[in-house]
Amino acid sequence: MNKFMTVFLHTYLSKVKKKSFLITTGIFLVFIFLLANINTFVDMFSSEEGTADNTTVAVVSEEQTIMDQLNQRLENGESNFQVNELETSIDDAKQLVTDGTYAGALHITLSEQELPVATYYTNDTTNFAIESQLSQELEQIKVAMAANQAGIDQSTISSIYEPMQFNTEQIEADGGGGEELVKTEEELNGTRGLVYVLLFLLYFAVISYGNMIATDIANEKTSRVMEILISSSSPVSQMFAKILGIGLVGLTQMTIFLGIGYLIITQKQEELVGGFFEVFGLSDVSVSTFVYAFIFFLLGYFLYATLAAMLGSLVSRTEDVQQMMLPVTLLIVAAFMISMIGLSDPSSSFVTISSYIPFFSPRTMFLRVGMLDIPMWEIALSIAILIITIALLAVIGARIYRGGVLMYGTSTSLKDIKKALRLSKKE
Amino acid sequence: MTLLLENVTKKFGSFTAVDQLSLEIRENNIFGFLGANGAGKTTTFRMILNLIDPTNGSVTWNGNNITYHTSDSIGYLPEERGLYPKLKVKDQLVYLGKLRGMTKKDAQNELSVWLDRLKVPQHLDKKVEELSKGNQQKIQFISAVIHKPKLLILDEPFSGLDPVNVEILKDAVTDLKNQGTTIVFSSHRMEHVEQLCENLCMLKNGKRILHGNIREIKRSFGRKNLKIEADFDLDFVKHLAGVVKVQTYSWGIACQIENEEVSQYILHELLGKGFVRKFELEEPSLNDIFIDKAGESYE
Repeated sequence: MNKFMTVFLHTYLSKVKKKSFLITTGIFLVFIFLLANINTFVDMFSSEEGTADNTTVAVVSEEQTIMDQLNQRLENGESNFQVNELETSIDDAKQLVTDGTYAGALHITLSEQELPVATYYTNDTTNFAIESQLSQELEQIKVAMAANQAGIDQSTISSIYEPMQFNTEQIEADGGGGEELVKTEEELNGTRGLVYVLLFLLYFAVISYGNMIATDIANEKTSRVMEILISSSSPVSQMFAKILGIGLVGLTQMTIFLGIGYLIITQKQEELVGGFFEVFGLSDVSVSTFVYAFIFFLLGYFLYATLAAMLGSLVSRTEDVQQMMLPVTLLIVAAFMISMIGLSDPSSSFVTISSYIPFFSPRTMFLRVGMLDIPMWEIALSIAILIITIALLAVIGARIYRGGVLMYGTSTSLKDIKKALRLSKKE
Repeated sequence: MTLLLENVTKKFGSFTAVDQLSLEIRENNIFGFLGANGAGKTTTFRMILNLIDPTNGSVTWNGNNITYHTSDSIGYLPEERGLYPKLKVKDQLVYLGKLRGMTKKDAQNELSVWLDRLKVPQHLDKKVEELSKGNQQKIQFISAVIHKPKLLILDEPFSGLDPVNVEILKDAVTDLKNQGTTIVFSSHRMEHVEQLCENLCMLKNGKRILHGNIREIKRSFGRKNLKIEADFDLDFVKHLAGVVKVQTYSWGIACQIENEEVSQYILHELLGKGFVRKFELEEPSLNDIFIDKAGESYE
């Protein structure tokens, strides 16, 4: 146990002190910081250009009522531009646009049916925002005018345009009946955000820390220090010390990310309310979801870490690690895809089945736990299957590891597993 | 403290790497382990260290099986040298020492003693990859002995070292033996084995073909070496009865003869042929025995 701690601490400290670790963490923090402050940056750059926020459109209108209605509508609604009525001819207005005084010129005329027709002149056709808003507003003015001409009064028009009330209500299942209950809309939105974040974290963690384990083991083999190590302490305890050591490296890194992320978010709360929180709505998520997030994160890590350690012990050169890890990477990507599909349809049978398959279940089961109300036994079953698989992989992995670390050669195929098993046992 | 191998066999599939090997290696002893490449030396070491399990037979140390409980009292210098290239000598040796059950403080103390002794104290803070091959090997040697093992296994400890460093390491090995360490070492350099070992064993294709005290082995080998230096052509000597083989040198010939009586017969033949400058009868060298038994030549 003492030696286990020695290997564990050595693995942890040597990784955490490594320059590459510090740099990666630093880059990520900068990234998080930039992301959190993205509004500020966008504003900063926009205001430098000066006009984008304060754009003014020149309007030359043949009909004063249309102009008034347009002004009124733009004042009520949110718009990031102003209109300025000009008494000049449209050609003069166009000249002013060319000079840069206005972002565009709107020419409103009346058609034969006494309905508005508009032409928008601009030299910046990339800015669709103004154009589309203007056309939207004018559209409504036109509808109102047309309706008026047809003799329909204002209240009828507004009742026509009022959105229909469409309510969704969940029917409470009586006595369970095995039917999966979808959580309320607010809860769902919250968990969807968390599930999203967790899926990405797990994806990132499994790929990068899995590779770290495999590379670390391959490095010890390449430098041939392995033979001394395994003559000093049991390879199996070393393998687990490594998995846990790098797991702790991962937790450290994640804690830094999440901690700093949380700090930034709380600091910028006012700005971000309605932005980040509405999308990810973390405040609505129940505590149990966070607990499950942690459990499935750990189990998912251990599953793939054990696999990575096993495969890492088979290669004798660091260059071959990627090749050996390819099947694992594919598995991770597959799991990621399934969970992304599951995010939009968590109760499909496809997702349900995959939530019992060990390599997919850390994500899909968490996804179901987060987004559906599923019976406890299903969660327990999935976790039990996961734990059994991890234990099984650990036992097999330990045997392969024991033989694998003594194997040197150029081949990097899964056939080596057989050879490694043979080396580690009596014949 | 005796290391005992009883009928140890290791098979890899249909290939037998070590075949029915029995050995007894006593305390305070340097035991030489000889054999051509692929004779099964490293496999035997790995079985002694419990890195791989024997197919049959048993290895015991002091009556007990060797497990990871005993690994603190065992030191190992593998043939394929291996250290962490990016780690400083200091950190490296402390880590490896701790893995052999030392405390950090003990490891640091022993480490500086050994660095001084092997005359490389200036490398304490250097990364291993910055050191020359010879110095790396010294560090590797320290990693095998830093925890004062009772049983020390050295696989080719002197390969790649210059004569000065070989002497430094040899002295260290002899000191360890005098302090009570049981040492097993393999080498292709017969003169090192001759200088250090009292007992040895030679493997060929996994089988033991020689075993015992070095002097007895030489005596029982029977053959002697004869060196002749003379002013006339000595070519005829190789046709004489009892002469096994003759090697011609600039100064004369060296021949291997079946027993010491043959020398007198040769002397008789030489008389009257001319001026004989040197006629010397010697014990066979281990190299001669090795070449004869292993059937392959080594330097």
